[in-house]
Amino acid sequence: MSQAALASAPPPLIRLDDVSLRFGQRLALRGLNLQIHRGDRIALVGANGAGKTSLLRLLNGLVAPSSGQRRWLAPDVGPSASSAVAASPAGRAPVTAMLFQRPFLLHFSVRRNLQLALWLAGVPAAQRASRLHEGLQRVGLLALADRPARALSGGQQQRLALARAWAVQPDILFLDEPTASLDPTARREVEALIDEFGNAGMTLVMSTHNLGQAKRLTRRVLYLDGGRLLADLPVDDFFNRQDLPPEAALFLKGELPWT
Amino acid sequence: MPPSLGAVPKPSTMDTLSQSLALALQLVLQADAALWQIVGLSLRVSGSACALGAGFGLLLGAWLAVARFPGHGLLVGLLNTLLALPSVVVGLLVYLLLSRSGPLGSWGILFTPTAMVIAQSILVVPLIAALSRQLVADALAEGGDELAAMGAGRLLSALLLLAHERRAVLTVLLTAFGRAVAEVGAVMIVGGNIDGVTRVMTTAIALETSKGDLPLALALGLLLLGVVALINLAVALSRRSGERPVALARGLAA
Repeated sequence: MSQAALASAPPPLIRLDDVSLRFGQRLALRGLNLQIHRGDRIALVGANGAGKTSLLRLLNGLVAPSSGQRRWLAPDVGPSASSAVAASPAGRAPVTAMLFQRPFLLHFSVRRNLQLALWLAGVPAAQRASRLHEGLQRVGLLALADRPARALSGGQQQRLALARAWAVQPDILFLDEPTASLDPTARREVEALIDEFGNAGMTLVMSTHNLGQAKRLTRRVLYLDGGRLLADLPVDDFFNRQDLPPEAALFLKGELPWT
Repeated sequence: MPPSLGAVPKPSTMDTLSQSLALALQLVLQADAALWQIVGLSLRVSGSACALGAGFGLLLGAWLAVARFPGHGLLVGLLNTLLALPSVVVGLLVYLLLSRSGPLGSWGILFTPTAMVIAQSILVVPLIAALSRQLVADALAEGGDELAAMGAGRLLSALLLLAHERRAVLTVLLTAFGRAVAEVGAVMIVGGNIDGVTRVMTTAIALETSKGDLPLALALGLLLLGVVALINLAVALSRRSGERPVALARGLAA
């Protein structure tokens, strides 16, 4: 990137500088350097235990780095803003939401689950009704608003989780293998919604084992191996380049790196 | 015991369960006012103790499920040990606190239902706290990350999960009520088993046993079980009516 382009580029929403994450004796992430910009659509790929979920939890603030720096930027800091509004740990974190492989829904109605999410996100009471309506409408669950959330099918539950995420209007949506436990029909429905969210300008960071899904939904691929970030490439490059790191190349061939 | 209870005709041989059952039925059919006063006081004292114990116990359990501090494990271990707290020890402790020479003697509530409520509350708090702590800890393992991702703090998550697990919480409270209504040691010591004032089912049973009227004691015991069974039935029915819409919705979603 040229100096001029660098100067005009918006600062990243999240920036990791030499971040490591340790759980007891186990090093889950090692020396990660990463920037996530507004509008990015990122796939985290790698074998089980590579550190995808740990990275998502770290990016979302559910765990703190053991070393290195994680910086969240105010999302309204754009090219027009003074560059003096630098990345700062004290800066307002971007609004985030996270979708888990199996959504955790409380033993309440669909409506109550969504109201709770809006309340927890600090959405003003006056806006909650319209956000709730819009969120349920967007995922096609408006007619089921008074059903017990736990009585919904797996696909409907994941759509409710997406509505919950949509309703809080996050700057970044983290998705941890969002379709792994769904049947093909439900998977297509959820993928379509994720794509729609991305098209609406939401920044997406998604871990997935489904490389086709990574191709369909994202524009940038991060390949993790043993907690290290081995590749950070545009999606086409990741799937077509010949000079990938050997571990990533083996992963793409469907081989396990340790065999 | 009230005269009407004492006047219940006793069969010549009353050492069998069937005879006790017949006597229990007779007591119910007679609708003896003194008996129902005892039953009512039992339910009021144990119900109040459970309500008070739930206030403290659920909060303590939720807090212990999420709090991390030096000695946390020790405190949880102590709480679990207190599950075996003998009711007579609780009675003695409360007696020492409330007796005229005790630190709270000026309250003047010894040998009143209030003292019995306090004693039974102390008895059920460890039970409610220990069981609800485990309940919340298990639910946190399932959904704690997601609630945190939505912006809930640890304690708020624990309280939300108590609401989420409200049916299991109800079972915990029923268990606590069962422990309270069935204990005799604490209420005997701090209540004194005063006829018409602090006499409850269990102290009445103890009295009839000491008088040698074992069939009447057994009949009163069966009545106590019957009352608790009715409460459980009512709770089960209310649960089922709550579950019906879920089952119906599942059927529609399938």
